Amino acid sequence: MDFSFTEEQNMIRDSLSRMIREQYDWETRNKVITSESGWRPEMWAQFAELGLFMAPFSEEDGGLGGNAVDAMVIMEEFGKGLVVEPFVPSVVLGGGFLKHGGSAAQKEEFLAPMMGGETIFAFAYAEPTSRFNLNDVTTTAKANGSSYVLNGQKSVVLGAPWATHLVVTARTSGDRFDESGISVFIVPKDAAGISTRDYPTMDGYRASEVYFENVEVSGDAMIGEEGAAFPLIEKVTDEGIAAICSEACGAMEIANADTIEYAKQRKQFNVPISTFQVLQHRMVDMFIEQQQSVSMTYQVTLRLEEDADTRKKAASAAKVQIGNSGRFIGQAATQIHGGMGVTDELRLGHYFKRLSLIDTQFGNVDYHLRRYASIAEKPVAIAAE
Amino acid sequence: MNLEFSPEDIAFREEVRTFIEENYPADIKGKDREELSKEQFLSWHQVLGKKGWSVPSWPTEYGGTGWTPTQKYIWSEENARADTLMPLPFAVSMVGPVIYTFGSQEHKEKYLPGIVDGTTWWCQGFSEPGAGSDLAGLKTTAVRDGDEWVINGQKTWTTLGQFADMGFFLCRTNPDVKKQEGISFILIPMDTPGVEVRPIIMTDGGHEVNEVWLTDVRVPVENLVGEENKGWTYAKFLLAHERTGIAGVARSKRGIEKLREIATKELDNGKPLIENPDFAEKISKLEIDLTALEFTELRSLSAMQAGKGPGPESSLLKIKGTEIQQRLTELTIEAVGNYAAPYFRGFPEEGGNRFPIGPSYAHHALPDYLNMRKTSIYGGSNEIQRNIIAKAVLGL
Repeated sequence: MDFSFTEEQNMIRDSLSRMIREQYDWETRNKVITSESGWRPEMWAQFAELGLFMAPFSEEDGGLGGNAVDAMVIMEEFGKGLVVEPFVPSVVLGGGFLKHGGSAAQKEEFLAPMMGGETIFAFAYAEPTSRFNLNDVTTTAKANGSSYVLNGQKSVVLGAPWATHLVVTARTSGDRFDESGISVFIVPKDAAGISTRDYPTMDGYRASEVYFENVEVSGDAMIGEEGAAFPLIEKVTDEGIAAICSEACGAMEIANADTIEYAKQRKQFNVPISTFQVLQHRMVDMFIEQQQSVSMTYQVTLRLEEDADTRKKAASAAKVQIGNSGRFIGQAATQIHGGMGVTDELRLGHYFKRLSLIDTQFGNVDYHLRRYASIAEKPVAIAAE
Repeated sequence: MNLEFSPEDIAFREEVRTFIEENYPADIKGKDREELSKEQFLSWHQVLGKKGWSVPSWPTEYGGTGWTPTQKYIWSEENARADTLMPLPFAVSMVGPVIYTFGSQEHKEKYLPGIVDGTTWWCQGFSEPGAGSDLAGLKTTAVRDGDEWVINGQKTWTTLGQFADMGFFLCRTNPDVKKQEGISFILIPMDTPGVEVRPIIMTDGGHEVNEVWLTDVRVPVENLVGEENKGWTYAKFLLAHERTGIAGVARSKRGIEKLREIATKELDNGKPLIENPDFAEKISKLEIDLTALEFTELRSLSAMQAGKGPGPESSLLKIKGTEIQQRLTELTIEAVGNYAAPYFRGFPEEGGNRFPIGPSYAHHALPDYLNMRKTSIYGGSNEIQRNIIAKAVLGL
């Protein structure tokens, strides 16, 4: 058991932290997220140059030989800066599907351009009626000779406006909720029959509703076996959960630090409000929630390669923690900031928005508590007394 | 960063598991603490003392094992798994570290061996009727008279003081300075004339704590540990040490396993209670909280290995650990249902009528629930722990 970071991981953290401090300051970010495109391709290129997109991949796959811990380190810094560029959709999810399910040819075709930042993935899985269920898939992919034809709608596809390719879940057989019969395809976003409605999200990202109308994709575009992609989807999504948990930890750190700073400066009744015990204890509880969230992020990150049930429990446990802690910290930080907390003038509100939406991303607290319980709470075998 | 156990760790786990299986005293296995004699209480401690495992966290020169954080983790896991009665914290985690850190050479030679081998029972004389959370407001006085301290006052909440050979006491030695600066740390043999231990019966019906009355108690001046009037510093050091072990993660993990067994046996609408989704989610929620605490403790152990702490963040372990212990007893009461009600202890006469009503796992459910309310009060109440974090960690 070892909780220390490698030299490379410490270097990534330091360089990225400096880059964000110098080039991702608050005013710049505000300009970017309200601009036409909503992101900075030149920032994306710098991240690529820094090696971030290669970091969590094995050398065999053309990466730097790191793993999910590297992604955790990167995401924490992204969380502190509320970086909107699509690292999770493209590198963690798109890259994750290729890493775990891609054929040699698919890896060859997509991994290097993804690591270079030229190919950008977005993961199109949720549908207007699926809520958080990964197996509730109504988008269809019908075989047509050696190719498939896709029809359906995917909702809130994060990063889709900037993506070059979509990773799409679609049903090749079975009924609406069946776990079997789901397949995954890599589809160029400019394929004929794809249309999108792009929009900003409340937390400063960009997303799309994506419509597939008789979109023809070649059989080579399928990742893994036909109809057997569900375990892969769960695994990659759990890796996405680990990544956004770490992002949340970074955001919580800033929300807490800003709150402490504000409470020390803000005077009422002739004293700083930080001297009030009721607020001190609230801030201590915020600190505890943040620490427990960091612990849970380590926990899920270090268990991603274990057996499926262990991994699922780890991911759901972490998501429950982060959902609850993020809500507590976001609300308490806003409350302690008083009227200023509900204005758009402070950066705090943006951290609150992101923390709130992290709870719904990949399933909220209730969803994951139920998922955890479905694995953990079964009648136990009892030894004879 | 990884969670893997090395081959050495796995071998160590085997060694520990086998040692416990072969050496844990049969006559205390599965026994209620209330039923144990002083000798039985100390018996496992003494076995560990002979093995060299009674004070794992101490520096090796005083008897520590030099185990890595992983080995300490394995050690607690295996003891929880076997439900062992661990050495009490008063000697091992509290006065011991104060003596080897601040005591004189004579103190170390005189007292540490008895702690290591489990032959001396220590109790704590800190709280007073008027000094609870405001511990520094204590009034018990120690006045120098020639080569002796003369001590007068009243201490309270002295856990298992009825068995103690020695006590470590905080006494006021200078009433004219800031209250924290006039306190000294003094060791008192409990058979000294003028020391009187009176039982306090708690809501669970048990005799676990005591009042200790001190009337003209005389001890040699050399029973002062460290410097005169520096006792508050030693007390804070001691409480930080106490808090690191207080999380009780491995025991709570075992407790959740037991709770699942109960919820499997108990029926609700003819089906195992654990299949009731509301109850199942309560257990899951608790286990998730415990997992977070477990990793926080592992992070803390890892930081200590790197030479930091135990610092004020150990207050976090105390707060969350005790909340979880309490929640576990709440859920156990919910799980046992009607059979939480029967009361056995001392009724109609002690030990005389233990007719088995209801399942055995229900017998202690309510007493345990009542007893565990103490955890958020002792060792510095959880509100005091929040004050500590506010001041020492957040700088408020």
